[in-house]
Amino acid sequence: MRHNGSYSASPRIGLLEWTPWIIGIAAFFLLPEYLSLGARILIFILYALSLDLVVGYAGIVTLGHSAFFGLGAYAAGILSARFGVADPALQLLAAMAACALMGLATGAVILRTRGLTLLMLTLAIASILLEVANKATSVTGGADGLSGIVVAPILGLFRFDLFGKTAYWLCLAVLFVGWWITRRLIYSPFGASLVGIRENHVRMVAIGSPVSRRLLTAYTMSAVLAGVAGALLTQTNQFVGLNVLSFESSGELLVMLILGGVGRIYGAFVGPVVYMIAQDMLAKQFPEYWSLGIGLLLVIIVLFARDGILGIIDRLVALVRKEAR
Amino acid sequence: MQEFLASLVSVAFHGVAYGMILYVISVGLSVTMGLMGFANLAHGVFAMAGGYILTTSLDQWGLPFPLALAVAFVLVAAGSVVLERLLYARLYAAGELAQVLFTIGLIFMATAIARLIYGTLQQPVHLPEGMKGQFDLLGRDFPAYRVFIILFGASLVAGLWFGVERTRFGAMVRAAVDNRAMAQSVGIDTQKLFMATFALGSGLAGLGGALGAEIIAIQPSYPFEHLVYFLIVVAVGGLGTLRGPFVAALVIGIADTACKYWVPQFGAFLIYVATILLLLWRPAGLFGRAA
Amino acid sequence: MSAVLQTRGLCKRFGALTVADNIDFTLEAGARHALIGPNGAGKTTFVNLLTGRLAPSSGSVVLGGEDVTRLSQQDRIRRGLGRTFQINSLFRGLSVVDNVSLAVAERRGVSGRLFRPASQLSEVRDEAMELLRSLGMADDAQVIIANLAYGKQRLVEIAITLAMKPRVLLLDEPAAGVPSIETHRILDVLDSLPVQIGILIIEHDMDLVFRFAKRITILVNGATLLEGTPEEIAADPRVREVYLGERHE
Ligand SMILES: Nc1ncnc2c1ncn2[C@@H]1O[C@H](COP(=O)(O)OP(=O)(O)OP(=O)(O)O)[C@@H](O)[C@H]1O
Ligand SMILES: [Mg+2]
Repeated sequence: MRHNGSYSASPRIGLLEWTPWIIGIAAFFLLPEYLSLGARILIFILYALSLDLVVGYAGIVTLGHSAFFGLGAYAAGILSARFGVADPALQLLAAMAACALMGLATGAVILRTRGLTLLMLTLAIASILLEVANKATSVTGGADGLSGIVVAPILGLFRFDLFGKTAYWLCLAVLFVGWWITRRLIYSPFGASLVGIRENHVRMVAIGSPVSRRLLTAYTMSAVLAGVAGALLTQTNQFVGLNVLSFESSGELLVMLILGGVGRIYGAFVGPVVYMIAQDMLAKQFPEYWSLGIGLLLVIIVLFARDGILGIIDRLVALVRKEAR
Repeated sequence: MQEFLASLVSVAFHGVAYGMILYVISVGLSVTMGLMGFANLAHGVFAMAGGYILTTSLDQWGLPFPLALAVAFVLVAAGSVVLERLLYARLYAAGELAQVLFTIGLIFMATAIARLIYGTLQQPVHLPEGMKGQFDLLGRDFPAYRVFIILFGASLVAGLWFGVERTRFGAMVRAAVDNRAMAQSVGIDTQKLFMATFALGSGLAGLGGALGAEIIAIQPSYPFEHLVYFLIVVAVGGLGTLRGPFVAALVIGIADTACKYWVPQFGAFLIYVATILLLLWRPAGLFGRAA
Repeated sequence: MSAVLQTRGLCKRFGALTVADNIDFTLEAGARHALIGPNGAGKTTFVNLLTGRLAPSSGSVVLGGEDVTRLSQQDRIRRGLGRTFQINSLFRGLSVVDNVSLAVAERRGVSGRLFRPASQLSEVRDEAMELLRSLGMADDAQVIIANLAYGKQRLVEIAITLAMKPRVLLLDEPAAGVPSIETHRILDVLDSLPVQIGILIIEHDMDLVFRFAKRITILVNGATLLEGTPEEIAADPRVREVYLGERHE
C-alpha cells in the first residue's frame, strides 16, 4: 500500500483507508480510560503526517521539525495565557499563521542548502526557538512551562471535560481534515512533482520544474500542519513545556515515522500508535533500557526493514499472494 | 579600558582553547562527510567515548595522563573500525535519510549505555598536578591546562596538515575527495581508505573529547547537546577541507566564549543567527567548493 | 539557414584546468550536428554550459538570437532547450509513463496544481502514452525504471526530453552503455525526430555519428580542433591523430 502521487495513481479512497477512522471512533467507546493517551496519539499522527510530507514525499531530511510543533503549541498557549483569547478556533488559526510565516522564512534559508548543512540549519533553527522559549520567561514561562491556558468550549457548545472526551473528538476531527488535505496534496500534480524532486532533483530542474518554489511550498504546508498538532497538544494539556521544542522530540518523531514507514501516508498512523503504546507500557518501568531499545530498533529498521512496519506487511502480503497462485 | 583589554585577552585565550577542542573533534566529521558523503550524526559519540575512557583510565586504571590520552585515541579508533566494517559500510550507498536515522539510533544507544554505566552526572576530570596550576603572563593568570590544550592542539593540527599534504596516505585521501571514481580507476583501494580515514577521524574525535573533558563536560547527553556545534564547524568550514573547519572552529570557539562572557542572557542564540546569515551568504561554507 | 544556438568565446575553468577553451560554435535550425572528441575533452561540460547547469568563466551563449548567458536552466528550457544526460538521470522509483508524464505536465504548465488529482489530467497521460507509442515503448509504459533494461532506459531518457518539445536538443552520448545490437533502436528514434528540431549529438560510436550527422565538430582539450562535413572530417589526418592517441602538443 504505497501512496505515491503520480499521473496514473487513482485518487479513490480505498476501503482499507477507512480503517484508522473506524478504529479511532471505536476506541472512544471501547477504551474510555485511555482517552488522554488516545488524544496524544492522534496529535502525534498529525505531527508525523506533516513530517512525512517533507521527509517522505519531498525528500527533505529535517532534524528540526519540533520547531513548528513547538511554535504552534506556544502560539496557541501564549494567545490564551497572555492575551486572554480562549476561543479554540482562534488559537488554532494563530498557530497556523505563526507556523506559515516561520515555515516560509526558514524554508527560504535552509532550502538553498543541502546535506549536512541543511541538517545543521534545521537543528539550529529549532535550537534558536528553544533558546528563546527558555529565556523569554515573561512570555513563555521558561523552564517552568506555560500554564494558565484557558480553552473555551468548541463552538460555544462542547466544553473541554476532565476525561478528555471533547479533546479526543477535537483531535480526531482535526486529524481527519489534516489527513484529507495531505492526501489531496499528495495525489495532486503538485504531489507528483514532489515525488519527482525526491527521486531525482537534478532531472526535475532539467525538465524545467520550479524546484525551489515547490519545496518551499511543501515545507510551509508541513510547518502549518505541525503547528496545528502543537496547538492541539496545548489545548488538550492546557500546558506547554519546553520539551515540545527539543531535539529529542524531533528525533522521536522521526523514529515513529520510520517505524511505520516513510512516504506512504499511513506509516504516519501506524508508527505513533505502536511507539506510544509501547512507550506507555515500557518507558516508565525501564527508562534506561527504553532509549537503548529505541536506538537498537532504529539501527535494525535502517539495516533490515527500511520501509517500516507497513513495508513488512506489504512484503508479507505479496508473499502470500505468490504462494496462493 | 585596562579592564576591558584584560577581559579581551582572557576571552581570546579561552576561546582559542575551546576552538582547538572543537576542531580536533570535528575535523574527522568534515573529512568523512567530504570523502564518503556519510552524514554521521553520531560523531559526537566518539568524542564522548574518548572522554569516558580518559576519566576511567585516570581514576580506575591509574594510568598517567599522557597515556590516558593515547588510550582514548587508540580505543576509540579501534572501536570505530569495528562499527565501520559491521554497520557504516552497509550504508555508504544508502540515502541520506537512512544514514541520519541510523546514526541517531547510535546516539540513542550510546546515551543509554553511558547512563547505565556512569549515571547521569558529569564526570570529574582529575588533572595531573603539573597542569592544575595557573600560568602567569603579563600580570594575568591563565590555567596551565588550557595552555597545554592550545599547544598540544596546535602541534596536532600541524602534524595532521603535514601528514595530509606530504604523505602517500594524504595524497590518496585528497585524490578520493576530489574525485572518487577517478581515484578508484587509478587503483586506490577506496574501501581501505575509507576505513583508515574513518578510524583516524573518530580517533581524533575521541582524543578531542578526552582532551576537552574539562571544557566540554562528559555526560550522557553529550552527543545530542553538542551536535549542532560540531555540525556548524563542518558546515561553516566547508566539506572535505582541513583548513576550513579549523578557521570555523576557532571563530566559533572565540565567539561562543565572548557571548557567554559578555551577553550570557543570549546564550548560543547569536552564534546560531550568525551561522545562518553566513550560510545565506555562502551556502557551501567559507572554504567549501560551490556544488 | 539560421542559427538557433550559438556560443561566443565560451570558456570554463576548474581551478587551473581549462575545460572549455574559447569555443565559438553555431548550431543551425534543423541541424544534425555531432560533437566528438576523446574522453575528458570537455563535451559534457560544454553541454552543461549551454543548458546553464554550469556558469561559464567567460563568453556567452545565444539561444534563438537572445543572449541567455545569465538565464537560469529553467528559463532556457522554456525557450526550447532540451538535453539528455550521459549517465541516465531518471526517476528510478516511478514507472516509465510517470517519468514522461512529469515532463509533459511541466511543459503544459499544470504541474503546480494543488488539489485536483493528477490522474484527472488525462491529457497529460495521453500525451505521454502517445509519445511512448511513437518510440515503440508502449508495452513498457507501466514498468518501474529500476526494473527496465539499460538500453530502454536510454530511450526513456530521450522520451522525457522530447516531452518538453524542445526546439534544440542536446544528446549526451545517447547510446552510451547500450549493447551494440540495440543501438539501431536509438538510431531509429533519432531518425524519426521532427526535422525542424536542431540536434547536437555527442557520441563515441563513429558508425552512428557518420550515419546520423550532417556536420561534425571535434573538441580536443576543451577547444574546437575542426569542423566540417562527415566527408571532410573523415579525410582529415588530424582526426586520426587524435583518435589514435598520438596527440601533438
Ligand atoms: N565539476 C568539476 N570540477 C573539476 N573538474 C571537472 C568538473 N567537471 C568536469 N571536470 C573535468 O573536466 C574535464 C572534461 O570533462 P567532461 O565530462 O566535460 O568530458 P567529456 O568530454 O564529456 O568526457 P567523456 O567522453 O568521458 O564523457 C575532465 O578532465 C573532468 O575531470
Ligand atoms: Mg561526457
